[in-house]
Amino acid sequence: MTISLKPNNTPPEKLQPTGWLKYLSFSLDHKVIGLQYLVCGFLFYLIGGSLAGAIRIELASPLSDFMPREVYNQVLTLHGTIMIFLWIVPVVNGAFGNYLIPFYVGARDMAFPRLNAVAFWLIPPSGLMLITSYFINGAAQSGWTAYPPLSITTPAAGQIIWILSVLLLGGSSIFGGINFIATILKLRRPGLKLMQLPMYCWAMLGTSILVVLSTPVLAGTLILLSFDIVAHTGFFNPSLGGNVIVYQHLFWFYSHPAVYIMVLPAFGLVSEILPIHSRKPLFGYTTMVFSIMGIVVLGLVVWAHHMFTSGTPPWMRLFFTIATAFIAVPTGIKFFNWVATLWGGKISLNGAMLFSCGFIINFVLGGITGVALAQVPFDVHVHDTYFVVAHFHYIVYGGSVFVIFSSIYHWFPKFTGKMLNENLGRFHFIITFIGFNLCFAPQHWLGLNGMPRRVAEYDPQFQLINQISSIGALLMALSTLPFLWNVFQSILYGEDAGENPWDALTPEWLTSSPPPVENWEGEAPLVLEPYGYGRRDSNKPQEQKQ
Amino acid sequence: MTSLVPKETSSESKKDLLTEEHEDFRLFGLITFLIADGMTFAGFFAAYLTFKAVNPLGPDAIYELELPLPTLNTILLLVSSFTFHKAGKFLEKNEAKQCQKWLLITGVLGVAFLISQMFEYFTLPFGLTDNLFASTFYALTGFHGLHVTLGSIMIMIIWWQTRIPYGRVHKENKFPFEAVELYWHFVDGIWVVLFIILYLL
Repeated sequence: MTISLKPNNTPPEKLQPTGWLKYLSFSLDHKVIGLQYLVCGFLFYLIGGSLAGAIRIELASPLSDFMPREVYNQVLTLHGTIMIFLWIVPVVNGAFGNYLIPFYVGARDMAFPRLNAVAFWLIPPSGLMLITSYFINGAAQSGWTAYPPLSITTPAAGQIIWILSVLLLGGSSIFGGINFIATILKLRRPGLKLMQLPMYCWAMLGTSILVVLSTPVLAGTLILLSFDIVAHTGFFNPSLGGNVIVYQHLFWFYSHPAVYIMVLPAFGLVSEILPIHSRKPLFGYTTMVFSIMGIVVLGLVVWAHHMFTSGTPPWMRLFFTIATAFIAVPTGIKFFNWVATLWGGKISLNGAMLFSCGFIINFVLGGITGVALAQVPFDVHVHDTYFVVAHFHYIVYGGSVFVIFSSIYHWFPKFTGKMLNENLGRFHFIITFIGFNLCFAPQHWLGLNGMPRRVAEYDPQFQLINQISSIGALLMALSTLPFLWNVFQSILYGEDAGENPWDALTPEWLTSSPPPVENWEGEAPLVLEPYGYGRRDSNKPQEQKQ
Repeated sequence: MTSLVPKETSSESKKDLLTEEHEDFRLFGLITFLIADGMTFAGFFAAYLTFKAVNPLGPDAIYELELPLPTLNTILLLVSSFTFHKAGKFLEKNEAKQCQKWLLITGVLGVAFLISQMFEYFTLPFGLTDNLFASTFYALTGFHGLHVTLGSIMIMIIWWQTRIPYGRVHKENKFPFEAVELYWHFVDGIWVVLFIILYLL
């Protein structure tokens, strides 16, 4: 059947916004939607980062002197929710997924362009709703986990707005996931097999399966929780015969896969960036594909390792410890594949490469503490301490956010047609890397010595380490400045990138920068070997006319 | 500042490129969505079964549910699935009148299910907040009832759109019909599971 990329009710050419205005419109172009996700996500990143700054200022002294304790609770809840649901998940999935997946499968747009636009436009209103809840009656105070009975006993208005906002964002995520699955499985260019797709497609396929299977469970759980708050039912309220452990199980059934929803696309993006900047084929493509799918399957059955202190029975502890230990295997395979990709390559140490290498280093550290946390005796000791905070931030900041920056450095020429300043990029990396490790490495020590997380006041013996951590946070905040300067400077005065500044073989580079509305002026190229670097016969992309 | 605007190609070639041939995978998208929707129910079922297993409420807190009405509901929904299928057969044969007749019967069966469900709600001896079992009962049946309500509305829209000669759903454009039919069978299947878990177990 014939599918038109232009809907029947599109206004005439003259009325369609062009230039900057189209980024504020209900555009159906996957490239516009991708950049909408990216910029919107980055604005929320700045807000969430300011909240993190407020937390670190508060924790620079042992007393609760910077803000009232209720406000501290709201700030940490908003920080977590914004960073997860409005920055990392939309950007690693929505932004790069929408921009790149149609190129990679050789299509002119996503499978369902209108659903795609709806999925994006759910995000800004729910984000604004979440933030304005602070000014109405106080935002939610129960952390991003919203564990009952805490979430039932804290003020209801903020919690309900939090639930509605997360439900909308979950819906957006599910719509995106459906779209990615359909695009990758159904919209591939004729002649392109699944095992010839760039790795990011596999990562997005795996992520979208996780999104579709696990996000609805969170939605159902939050609906029940909202009944508890509004209608005073007793699903999760022990005083009315309810069961809080059931909430934890259902919540983590989504929220453990959510970690993979945040980090699997990052794996995919790194797998795109490393081969190009080290001029070598991606090592172990097939093992990479199987490890992604292994992570998807195992990722669905490890959730209770978050609940070892919730009175879990011994068999459950045993099962989830073993399953979690197993999930380290595919992750380790990927890590070795990346290192082997770099091994002996012609490495250019530019912003994209440095951030990817930073990702590998941070992620190994975060992964090791993750395996440690999965061991019951150790977990019981450090549960709900700063050790968990450190581990989590090594995964999501040191992992996903480093990859987001790496990807921005890598694809900025494609997005805008301009090169970024690489020296500023290296400077940005060095400050971010030092700031990040200075901020979060000491928190391992804090956690091992028993400083609980989510508190505004702490034992004075921890003050020095907390201040070091706060200095790291300050560096991280400052590191945003050279980045922003670089982006604006380059958009205005950057040197022209040309079609393919990195000499890459993947299909998004085989068109002008920025690409035309229909992606390629002519037939979509058939790229059978997206990683054929360093081979004589594959220096040029294979174009087969059919 | 104009650098972010992509190069426009000549309008003639653009028209060709923006219209491409590919198979219709809207049903595939719908199936993916229904899997997601099914997972919401799976979460509810898991919660209900866990509550039942680990939260003994005492003999006075568990109500015996009457079986006749829900059994009637089950039959109503199963028959409606069959009549919807029948309507599809007639749509295939381009017999819009017959198709509309069977669609109307399906819609009426859906509404009858809702009325019967409401009747059950009003005659039950417990309310939403009485205890954990009552809350879960209403949450599960209510969430399913919401699906039936939406389905009935969509069936009525399809019924209206199959009218001759102005309806937009016909043999050549039967995706809306197929989508609603698939959704209806899904809602039906969920009810069977719900009936077994909630009433029979």
